[in-house]
Amino acid sequence: MSREVKFVKKIDWLSILLYFLLVGMGWINIYSASITESAGGFFDMNQLYGKQLFFIGTSVAIIILILSIEAKFYERFSSIIYVISLASLLGLMVLGKNINGATSWYAIGSFTLQPSEFAKVATVLALAKFLSDIQTNINYFKHQLFAFAIILLPPMLIMLQPDAGSAMVYMAFFFVLYREGLPAIYLWIGFSLVLLFVITLKLGYIYTIIGTAVFGLACIFIIFKKKLKQERKTTLALTSLVAAIGFILAVNYIFYNVFQQHQRDRFTLVLGLEKDPVKQEKMRQTIGFNTNQSEIAIGSGGFWGKGWQKGTRTRGDFVPAQDTDYIFTTVGEEWGFVGSSVVIFLFVILLLRILNRAEQQKNKFSRVYGYSVAAILFFHFAINIGMVIGLFPTVGIPLPFFSYGGSGLWGFTILLFIFIKLDANRINEW
Amino acid sequence: MRKLLLYLVVIAVGVIYTGRLSYLQLFNEEKVATNFQNDSAIKTEYTYPERGYVYDRNGKLLVANQPSYDVMVIPREVKPFNIPEFCKLLRITPEEYEKKLEKAKSYSKRIPSVFVAQMAKKDYAYLQEKMHRFKGFYIQKRSIRNYQTDHGANVLGFISEVNNSDLEKNTNYQSGELIGRTGIEKSYEEVLRGVKGVRRIQKDIHNNVIGPYKNGRLDTLPVNGKDIQITLDAELQAYGEKLMINKRGGIVAIEPSSGEILALVSAPSYDPDLLVGRERSKNYNELHYDSISKPLYDRGLLASYPPGSPFKTLNALVGLQEGVITPTSTYTCHHGYIYGRSGRKMGCHCGGGKRNVINGVAKSCNAYFANTYRQIISKYDSPREGMNVWSNHIKSFGLGDYFGNDLSTGRKGLIPTGDYYTNHYFKHDKWHVLNTISNAIGQGQVELTPIQLANMTAAIANRGHYYTPHIIKKIDGKPIDNPHFTEPKHTTIDKQHFEPVIQGMHDVFSMKKGGTARFLNVPGIEICGKTGTAENFVKIDGVRTQLTDHSIFIAFAPKENPKIAIAVFVENGYYGARWAGKISSLLIERYLKGEVTLKYMEKEVLEKSLEEEYAKPLSGKPFTINE
Repeated sequence: MSREVKFVKKIDWLSILLYFLLVGMGWINIYSASITESAGGFFDMNQLYGKQLFFIGTSVAIIILILSIEAKFYERFSSIIYVISLASLLGLMVLGKNINGATSWYAIGSFTLQPSEFAKVATVLALAKFLSDIQTNINYFKHQLFAFAIILLPPMLIMLQPDAGSAMVYMAFFFVLYREGLPAIYLWIGFSLVLLFVITLKLGYIYTIIGTAVFGLACIFIIFKKKLKQERKTTLALTSLVAAIGFILAVNYIFYNVFQQHQRDRFTLVLGLEKDPVKQEKMRQTIGFNTNQSEIAIGSGGFWGKGWQKGTRTRGDFVPAQDTDYIFTTVGEEWGFVGSSVVIFLFVILLLRILNRAEQQKNKFSRVYGYSVAAILFFHFAINIGMVIGLFPTVGIPLPFFSYGGSGLWGFTILLFIFIKLDANRINEW
Repeated sequence: MRKLLLYLVVIAVGVIYTGRLSYLQLFNEEKVATNFQNDSAIKTEYTYPERGYVYDRNGKLLVANQPSYDVMVIPREVKPFNIPEFCKLLRITPEEYEKKLEKAKSYSKRIPSVFVAQMAKKDYAYLQEKMHRFKGFYIQKRSIRNYQTDHGANVLGFISEVNNSDLEKNTNYQSGELIGRTGIEKSYEEVLRGVKGVRRIQKDIHNNVIGPYKNGRLDTLPVNGKDIQITLDAELQAYGEKLMINKRGGIVAIEPSSGEILALVSAPSYDPDLLVGRERSKNYNELHYDSISKPLYDRGLLASYPPGSPFKTLNALVGLQEGVITPTSTYTCHHGYIYGRSGRKMGCHCGGGKRNVINGVAKSCNAYFANTYRQIISKYDSPREGMNVWSNHIKSFGLGDYFGNDLSTGRKGLIPTGDYYTNHYFKHDKWHVLNTISNAIGQGQVELTPIQLANMTAAIANRGHYYTPHIIKKIDGKPIDNPHFTEPKHTTIDKQHFEPVIQGMHDVFSMKKGGTARFLNVPGIEICGKTGTAENFVKIDGVRTQLTDHSIFIAFAPKENPKIAIAVFVENGYYGARWAGKISSLLIERYLKGEVTLKYMEKEVLEKSLEEEYAKPLSGKPFTINE
């Protein structure tokens, strides 16, 4: 058997199929969402769908390129790629083009490139490289800090653009670290903080503090009852309690004094903090406008949807950014519950497939890489659709493979296909 | 566990999102595709059907329609334009313009609201040409009422714009549409309304029309409302209202053989045409806030008065049925009825002497009926039990409860039971029949509305049964078949007991027998009737003050095969024959003969006014009554 035949047999065709299904469905919906009266054929480059078709074509070229490069290349050059990526983010401050208030793009003529979409790939490579290093032990605090630095450097630069949505995605890496042995306490702390954050906003800080105190004292009481290592545990519990109360106060302060009104409003809306129905309706019409419109559009799809290009709200451009971040509303309106749950199903299958392949890697670099791909894609998927269906505050990030945009599509394509290449190469000697 | 975490989270998010989608797309009524109200991509246009016409029992057209033009606004589509010019065209001030726009906005930015209602045709013609300049406004054609009569406003009722609570209750209505508010417009709203036609139009974000939604497959044509014929005799109604000018009270005339309401007069009334057109709300406020003469208050249906002497006829019937009196048994009247340990006296103007049931009715002898009433109640072990039996008999005449008929409003009145006295009035069980003796002569706790009084008269005229009084005769040319209206309801009194009472009511008009209405005979018609004079009180500055008695009369005619039963209440008209009796005789003659020969009587009724009487308690000065 020749090497090529072996490669073809080992490559994960299911992931590739899912990838093309999602990209294809994405394009069909972008077509519907973006077509205007003056549209020419499918390849009309003045239309977004025409451009997207071009991006898809170039993605195919990129895929071929990625698959034909030696798998070892990615590991070897990961540090260099990471540094280049950081440089590209830094470079934005000098050469970047400001579009809609964010300096996230390099522009060459009418062509724009968004380096933050590629920074994810670089970060994944760097983290995989670091974690797979034989000398790395994630249980060492020093190594933990180094891993955090790799993960947090790019989002810090991205925050300067500012682009909070893209930065937020990097939280996905904590799943990876946890998988690779980061002590569970980080996850618990993280989880507790999120919980406290939500509860503080929802119930107000006074009740939350009282509740937390009662909970903490109950824990201490139980510790005394059981009479086990009382002193150490009591100290720990007390410290945690004080820290938690401090956090609650900080959340309260930050939310009301540091957050900007529009950020505050997004939480207010999603958490249902506004009780006055009149004001609530007003918020839905103003700051919740996108979410409100997208919920209406999706809801109006019903079970079967209205049919391709028949969505009344898609045709009428009722939902803003419908070809990019809100592309899923088109699915919901035109393809109904059937279509939108199929899309969710495909994403879930793809994510599970990637996770599954990642777990089967013998090589740690490949495993960490694959796991990171799944985590990153999952974050995009969960945040984007969560926002569109009104379960998550408005955060502007694209739906992988679906949303219109060259950088995004290329970034996700590179991210996924490097893993497919690594995976296809898994039994080869290194 | 570490390996599993992300798997589980992915699956959990997949499940949660699918659940949320199913909520949004399958179970969320508000946002599901069929709800076009919420879809600003779909414009819904309505074509309004003609509301059904209303005819009287003789086929005379009472209520027709006329086109009306509402200026509608969709606030979010309003673009800047020459506001002063627009205001001039609509004849409103710029301040009113702002106020109306704000009001429309607060209702909905997307759903049309009425901006100016019911414009005249000539304004419309002029405005229509310029309408395209005022983006966000359009003219909606509707059909509003065109009254062919000045009378019966309370029966016909009116229609008005739906308000927010109507909209909440019934999703079939859109803001600006009209709904029957009172009278037959309310009770036959669904028959008269018809079904509006609907057109759904697909629009884009720029509000341009793309074309019919789903190629018009969901569109419907309007279906006109059904015409109805009501039981009212327009001539009789008009004549009744004429006779009641300058008086207050109610008249109800019923055809005993069918329960059809021939006339339902409430005085003072108003011209139904006042509640149509641009002046509608101004006029409505004037009528609504007229707390003195209360023209919108249907006295025929709502005013519950003590019935006074006509109620004696029922006590006579109950006495005969219970066997405590016979047609020949007598009581002696000592110019009144003396009762109780302290020797209280209920006065009587019958002249005294021996009274039987016939001349007791004819001369309205208080003593006779006090005796009869006492015997009825005392027949039983306790007054409470006796009162309950008595009350059941009385209620079988359709009194003390709603008729459940097709009039949009009504009152229960009050027929007290023994339980009522024990539980609510005296609040103990130790009361004596004499405590309630006033019920014998229709004073006391008894209260009836004019329509109840008329129904009672019809039941007497029919010798023991009645048909629930109703206003509908035909719908869409088809006679009604509602058994509630077409099946007789029987009283608890046997047929033979009616003859002596009816004889007494006939003698009311007899000169020879000295009846209380002996001067009110109608030549050539055998009338039976009963006068009534009811004491009544109001509170003036917290002081219970007696006013001039209510003048009451019931009558039916002819004696055999009666064609009309009537009850007349004239507030503070003094004794029964003075006003109510005359009005009743005039109406009976008018109805049975088609003309009035009692010209002197008509002249007297038309020329005299009770306004002075009504002004007395408001004057703030001491006044005399019953003069």
